[in-house]
Amino acid sequence: MAKTPLTREQIAKRIAQDLPDGATVNLGIGMPTLAANYVPADREILFHSENGILGMGPKPAPGKEDPNLVNAGKEFVTMLPGGSFFSQADSFSMTRGKHVDIAVLGGMQVAPNGDLANWKIKGAPLGSIGGAMDIACGAKQVFIAMTHVTNKGEPKIVNQLSYALTALHCVTRIYTDIAVIDVTREGLVLSEVAPGYTADDVQALTEPKLLVPRAPAMIGV
Amino acid sequence: MLNKIVASLDAAVADVPDGASILIGGFGSAGMAEGLLAALLRQGAKKLTLISNNAGRGDGAFAQLVKQDRVSKMICSFPEAKEAYHFREKFFAGKIELELNPQGTLAERIRAGGSGIEGFYTPTGVGTEIAAGKPTMEFDGVICLLERALRADYAFVRGKAADRWGNVVYDKAQRNFNPIMAMAGRITIAEVDSIVELGALNPEHVVTPAIFVQRVVKTEAPRG
Repeated sequence: MAKTPLTREQIAKRIAQDLPDGATVNLGIGMPTLAANYVPADREILFHSENGILGMGPKPAPGKEDPNLVNAGKEFVTMLPGGSFFSQADSFSMTRGKHVDIAVLGGMQVAPNGDLANWKIKGAPLGSIGGAMDIACGAKQVFIAMTHVTNKGEPKIVNQLSYALTALHCVTRIYTDIAVIDVTREGLVLSEVAPGYTADDVQALTEPKLLVPRAPAMIGV
Repeated sequence: MLNKIVASLDAAVADVPDGASILIGGFGSAGMAEGLLAALLRQGAKKLTLISNNAGRGDGAFAQLVKQDRVSKMICSFPEAKEAYHFREKFFAGKIELELNPQGTLAERIRAGGSGIEGFYTPTGVGTEIAAGKPTMEFDGVICLLERALRADYAFVRGKAADRWGNVVYDKAQRNFNPIMAMAGRITIAEVDSIVELGALNPEHVVTPAIFVQRVVKTEAPRG
């Protein structure tokens, strides 16, 4: 079988499969936000946006945009019946206070102990933290959506971060274009691989040793 | 009679001195007191410290203050953004000081400032570059950073409606930082779409109670 890495949309779709009915979920800017488009119709997810929304709905129809109704990425959104608005202090009480079940965030680097870097390019003099640090250290589970390697082909899953830290020991699961990897106390466990990939293929693009307790399943999207 | 209504945006900001610190609500296109900022731009105050989530968008009044070298310090969480080009230019020219805060820490510092709490411990930022110089304490195995309260001379708040006592309600995600900034400003000015009669706002729905607001002014460019 030809090696077929997942597209951004397929990574988002795979993540959406793991958002359980009734969960409260915060989606980061970029690829994570796409996951909202793929939630199975029989599941009700409460989307939290750190600028002060719970129960956020999809994009508005053209012409229905409201400048007072934007998400954390400053994009226009809508509200679902039952949604609510609150201040930024309350919003971060929800994340820091461990009330948010799952945060899906972008990643620049992840280490086997769950350390995450995702807010500043290596060596950059200026970066934007936004809600990343509070959400990463406060959500009950942190899923990372990212490509497996940089555009120069360097692994993003590394023994030790070389980029600026976002939060220590926070990542629970990593979804890339070629694998799904669980962060466990024993180390990184390779759970699923993209079509055509073997565990060895994924290992070759990953700096730390992956644990493969059983043959990884093929990612189904 | 208690009447906090000010006749114009210009009158509302007339006494802002050079060197003032100002809390400015807003997130994206929602909830920034653009009218008060435009009035401040006309008013001329400089050496300002601005506290806001972002560091200006495009060529709006906030960004114009930066462009005109009227801002000496920014305290924010998201300075690096495509639309913050005036801030980038001044930052890399060494003309503006930046204090970077995680967004939730920024919000909580402001809430604490308005609440008479001088500091708090949070796990956010432990081990990161923003932890530099901050004392830590361990609570039941969780290491936390000490963060200090944040207050300012003024707070510019954007709401939907207010009454002459200074009760304010907001429209949707316009709320964002505004209610907590209203608490932490020594002089809080609320720019609103409409000023309503006392009693018109349902007491159950008032988001910012009158005690936190010193001036109310009707916007000159209503939204929506």
